[in-house]
Amino acid sequence: MIDKRVRSLAEAVAGIPDGAIVLCGGFGSAGLPDALCEAVIEQGARDLTIVANNAGTGRTGLAALLAAGRVKRIICSFPRSAGSVVFEELYAQGRIELELVPQGTMSERMRCAAAGLGGFYSPVSVGTRLAQGKEHREIDGRLYVLEKPLKGDVALLAAHRGDRWGNLTYRKSARNFNPTMAMAASLSIAQVRQVVELGEVDPEMVVTPGIFVDRVVEVAI
Amino acid sequence: MPLNRRQIAWRAAQDLADGAYVNLGIGLPTLVSDFIPADREIVLHSENGVLGVGPAPGGNEVDWDLINAGKQPITLVTGGSFVHHTDSFVMIRGGHLDLALLGAFEVSEKGDLANWTTDDPGFPPGVGGAMDLAVGAKEIRVLIEHTTKAGTPRIRRHCGYPLTAASVVRRIYTDLAVIDVTAEGLVVRELVEDIDFPTLQAKTEASLRPASDMKVLSAPAV
Repeated sequence: MIDKRVRSLAEAVAGIPDGAIVLCGGFGSAGLPDALCEAVIEQGARDLTIVANNAGTGRTGLAALLAAGRVKRIICSFPRSAGSVVFEELYAQGRIELELVPQGTMSERMRCAAAGLGGFYSPVSVGTRLAQGKEHREIDGRLYVLEKPLKGDVALLAAHRGDRWGNLTYRKSARNFNPTMAMAASLSIAQVRQVVELGEVDPEMVVTPGIFVDRVVEVAI
Repeated sequence: MPLNRRQIAWRAAQDLADGAYVNLGIGLPTLVSDFIPADREIVLHSENGVLGVGPAPGGNEVDWDLINAGKQPITLVTGGSFVHHTDSFVMIRGGHLDLALLGAFEVSEKGDLANWTTDDPGFPPGVGGAMDLAVGAKEIRVLIEHTTKAGTPRIRRHCGYPLTAASVVRRIYTDLAVIDVTAEGLVVRELVEDIDFPTLQAKTEASLRPASDMKVLSAPAV
């Protein structure tokens, strides 16, 4: 029998090693696995590399994990946004490394890892500082840069509903990076607002099939 | 009179074609959604996976699962849909959007765009979807104030700030003028009343030339 449900946040984040690359879903606070981020503080992993679109807002969720000093490096498209106070403090003090990646490149690099591909050539960033040091190649008259896959050791996800097989659905724009990140990590952990019985989610509506998910924990909001 | 920010957005909205798929960048371009002409169906795309962005919600309709690229609450129009990020950027990078309206720090006479960092060390850089949009949408138009608050021109011979993409901007809407980037240089299509052409040129580092049929730029009070 397959049962990916776990009873507690502690169980959900158990075993995340120090130095892990952690993919963290969400765009702003929509679809951000805030409870899982905070559970990692208790769990104790450190020297983490976080991959997330933004660098957290306020002092909860991802920002709390940053504030706890557990993150040495963040790979991010837009770290500074309204309320990103913790990141800005750490950055000003030189206590966090930042790798800035165009948003679609970040997403596609993870999809590439998920799909078992060795990289892709993108026209994005050609002629800019972010393309410096990257292999360039002309294909059919257009210039591209080589982008390499980005694989996570762990993905922290937020979804709307999940079942014991790990099938997930999302709500509105809270979907964002979660489906791609679910596919791109060795250990994918989802906090869901509601655990439902197997079969309750219409198979036509499943966005992330359970094959990509390892643990599901209910966090009612 | 120079246009205010909402009037710049109003002017850009008048050029949107019926049936167009359009991305609005954060900042000034976001205001364009308030001025979509009633006789046209325009599908607004938001990079975080929303196709069919509707007007801002009323106070009790706010749903924090439904936001735009600027993290502001939005609504979805009838017929709208949600996609995940990778598909959203397939739309952007793959040339499926007809137009992106973007903000900028600077635009060059060749249509180079600089809108992601000023290299201010106290201000961490953020690129977001700007480079993807600049390279991927079929057409790029920029909405900016003609000069900085200090009066420094934003339309320059070469961008001083790091580039987002080279030679991508086709039209610039400012508080003073509508300017096209052409193979022959910058052409002023519209100029606000009570500012003459030499005054506009003095506020612009790059060389301008008036269109043979240059019109008056005006907008209703909005």
